[in-house]
Amino acid sequence: MARHRNVRSMQYDEFDDDFAVGSVNDEPECISPTDAQQWIFDRARGQSSLDSFLSNNEDIQEEDDDEDENESPSKERRDSEHFEFPELNELDKSRLLSCMDEIRNIIGETYSDRRLVAAIMSNDYDFNKALDTLLNGESKPQVHHHPRAKIPDVVEKGIGEMLLEKSQQMKHQKEAVTVTVTPASKNKTSGFEVNSPRTLTPNSSGRNSPQEDENKGNRTKEAIRNARELFEKERGSEKEQLHLVVIGHVDAGKSTMMGHLLFDLGNVPQRLMHKYEQESKKMGKQSFMFAWVLDETGEERNRGITMDCGYQRFETPTKQVTLLDAPGHKDFIPNMICGANQADVAILVVDATRGEFETGFEQGGQTREHALLVRSLGVSQLCVAINKLDNEKWNQDRFNDIMNKLKFFLKHAGFKDSDVHYIPCSGLTGENLVKPSTESELISWYKGPTLLQVVDSFKVPERAIDKPFRMSVSDVFKGVGSSGFCISGRIASGHVCTNDKALICPSKEQGVIKHITIDEFPVQSAFAGDQVSITLTGADPTNVSVGFILCDTHNPVPLATKIKARIIVFNVKSPITIGYPVLLHHHSLVEPATVSKLKAQLHKGTGEIIKKSPRCLTNNSCALIELSFQRVIAIEKYSDLKEMGRIMLRVGGTTIAAGLVTDIINS
Amino acid sequence: MKLVYKNLDKGCGSIKVIPDESEDMWHAYNLICEGDVVTASTIRKVQTESATGSSTSNRVRTTLTIKVENIEYDTQGCMLRLKGRNVVENQYVKMGAYHTIDLELNRAFTLTKPEWDSIALERVDMACDVTQKADVAAIVMQEGIAHICLITSNMTLVRSKIDIAIPRKRKNNPSQHEKGLTKFYEAVYQGILRHVNFEIVKCILIASPAFVKDAFFEYMIQQATKLDQKIILDSRSKFMLVHASSGFKHSLKEVLQDPAVVAKMSDTKAAGEVKRLETFYTMLQCEPARAFYGKKHVQKAVDALAVETLLISDNLFRNQDPIQRKEYVKMHDDVLEAGGDVKVFSSMHVSGEQLAQLTGVAAILRFPMPELEEDSDADDSD
Repeated sequence: MARHRNVRSMQYDEFDDDFAVGSVNDEPECISPTDAQQWIFDRARGQSSLDSFLSNNEDIQEEDDDEDENESPSKERRDSEHFEFPELNELDKSRLLSCMDEIRNIIGETYSDRRLVAAIMSNDYDFNKALDTLLNGESKPQVHHHPRAKIPDVVEKGIGEMLLEKSQQMKHQKEAVTVTVTPASKNKTSGFEVNSPRTLTPNSSGRNSPQEDENKGNRTKEAIRNARELFEKERGSEKEQLHLVVIGHVDAGKSTMMGHLLFDLGNVPQRLMHKYEQESKKMGKQSFMFAWVLDETGEERNRGITMDCGYQRFETPTKQVTLLDAPGHKDFIPNMICGANQADVAILVVDATRGEFETGFEQGGQTREHALLVRSLGVSQLCVAINKLDNEKWNQDRFNDIMNKLKFFLKHAGFKDSDVHYIPCSGLTGENLVKPSTESELISWYKGPTLLQVVDSFKVPERAIDKPFRMSVSDVFKGVGSSGFCISGRIASGHVCTNDKALICPSKEQGVIKHITIDEFPVQSAFAGDQVSITLTGADPTNVSVGFILCDTHNPVPLATKIKARIIVFNVKSPITIGYPVLLHHHSLVEPATVSKLKAQLHKGTGEIIKKSPRCLTNNSCALIELSFQRVIAIEKYSDLKEMGRIMLRVGGTTIAAGLVTDIINS
Repeated sequence: MKLVYKNLDKGCGSIKVIPDESEDMWHAYNLICEGDVVTASTIRKVQTESATGSSTSNRVRTTLTIKVENIEYDTQGCMLRLKGRNVVENQYVKMGAYHTIDLELNRAFTLTKPEWDSIALERVDMACDVTQKADVAAIVMQEGIAHICLITSNMTLVRSKIDIAIPRKRKNNPSQHEKGLTKFYEAVYQGILRHVNFEIVKCILIASPAFVKDAFFEYMIQQATKLDQKIILDSRSKFMLVHASSGFKHSLKEVLQDPAVVAKMSDTKAAGEVKRLETFYTMLQCEPARAFYGKKHVQKAVDALAVETLLISDNLFRNQDPIQRKEYVKMHDDVLEAGGDVKVFSSMHVSGEQLAQLTGVAAILRFPMPELEEDSDADDSD
């Protein structure tokens, strides 16, 4: 009887699982004639169609639920009798048995052998943890269930649908109470916890049964509610996390400045610095010695430029800062975007040397493009480090000159004056980085803070911990000595714990999160804003690539083949028309796209529609457009989740527009 | 393509041609319309029933004449498949029976059209012109993504797309990154060996951002020396390293604009088309009243004899609807008559692909027509 619900939810692999475990869901039961009349479809009796029969019998489900409840305790008992131990080697088996004995001593025969073994195995033979698991009844044993490659149908449903469904189920449930509830089952239920006994038996009827769903739903709801508490508990005592990206034109001295900063803070051992000094001297590039702290590969050192983002961490009096050293070269802007996507605040390094500042700032220089990029990626606080001012003899006029030029530009780029700090410094000599300068020419006119003080004064933006879990995959690699594979990236929103299930979109791979590490340090849970690497099992690494989104299974990220977006066009060589091929940058994803429609041109300030369906978009205009992709991508509306709704459009090595996703179309 | 005979009288009649390279199939695809009659040699499965009632089937090569109802073109294999009803009965195939002809290389076919317009005739001339040939292979790549393309005068064929995830460099463990990179280079190298015919190709472009192209070229030469692959080492001078902003297909446009490449392959249609389209975009930027796209606008400009250069995608001439096709042909002829210049873009090139997305037709005008721009609001309601 219980079977037909399974059929409805079409979980074929669920079936197989259940059979593989060796127990059958429904035993043959005798049906009384009246029951039969109610429940069995009989064409001979003149019921016109199966459909109408089913619609007349809406409450079939509830009856089933009750029967399930009746069934499960007896099954639990039966479980123990037929249960065979999993195949283990001698050592593990003895550990398992001793563990089981201890648990039995404490809790008696409340639980089946199967459940005990599962709990013990999932906790790696740790008796205390296993006992906790059993008593809390929270984690379902995973040992006997094959990892599900296919996502249950439920996952693909929208949130709204799920809610709707849930409310319907609740209604059914209420009605169900009036039907038959045998006292025996009630007694049994009230034994341990709020969850129905069914969740205790690992092999009860389909996991996807509606009631189970409701439990899951409750659980996620609970998890969401607890996210902030959990965060307070885990992180309350620690310093605030801040992600800082260093940007600027090529050869402005970004890596050198940061290398020197790290060295001055004592994050780089003296011995190592000495080694770098010797080696760089040998290569005839002594001025690069500090840059080597962040540029670690041979190629980067040989060429003397940063190619991919370098990661380092350091601490200021009130914050823990993750430093992302972005490459400045034009060809590596995709890497820079990837880094800037992870940042909360930025340091813009400009070269004060006469001529150098100008080339970096003029058309085609990266100073402009980087600043625009980080602004459109949501960075609002900026520190402008006017570097190499020692080349200009710490000239105040030069400093003011550059500051004024940048002030004008940054204001236009959308930075508030109060959120931008200007600092004179020298990356190579280390003036005004950590300690106030001793250079008399500088202190004669500069009384402001050092670079470190500015970094310390940055405000940490609000993290979207309460939102559903999202993480953009920025790297896929094989972990060291673990099963499965590792993916790394920054959590854009929500939080995640070990043993959570997660879904990778758009390939819809499902896996279980085995380990989470932050900066090589294993943790149990991670929150929005953290830079993590996650070991995933049960998923196929070939279906995961850079730019995919790891998300919550209950609340997956929407998929799109077309999006509508509101964009701001930067300086473009040729105007944007329909059919214009562009590269879309979204977190780590780089995907070719085509502008398929120009919906409307908007007023830059007010957002009013100036012109419907314009022929083309020229410099500095604002517009509503439609973009279409060859493949499905995972993206979210800006209104739903800010972190996931920002896009960048690039053509031929220059950024032509930045935008926000306003609508998602999945055909 | 070789022309065997041309038998035309006042725009109707037939021609017989022999396609001799795969690109000719593309020309044939552009020539043949639904409703045309094609005679070609083909293979037909014929069932014969003996007196006792047992039936045997065997394949017979026969020459059939069909009235085309459906045309399929396989861009990758360069195959053209024509489906239609038999119009000339022979001993194997009854009148009106359906048959599908696969046009084959080096076998002549005869095409009879009820009406040969200027576009079709131009296409025949172009296809039979042997001087228009420049075969170029291009590899656009970035770390992890590569496209191996063949550029002929009328087509850009993506022969192979390589997409390999390369782990990023990480602290203490750069080996995974290097391993991934080597795997990627090897895949591209194998792709080149498989897809590029070094005897035909005159020039091989390797384009990428930053140092990927140099690193790959170094790897390729190293590998070729190690494995003693003469074919690569001998054609070392054919390789050209060019900058491109990404490894996706549309960066081919940038590659074809590179001055060094233009100098080397100025005679190819591909490079010319890219330049034309760029001119159009520049005009749209500088003088928007002199650049228009979309059928309505262009038609108005043509009527005003204002068109200096008409850019039109050849997919419009393959239109299923003969009336629409006629309209475009007329547009083409009118512009020529008015002393304008017409460029028919091949929709198989990247620039043509873009033009096809841009409604397929665009025009640069002799004089500004701001009035067109003004009434655009009324027009865009469709």
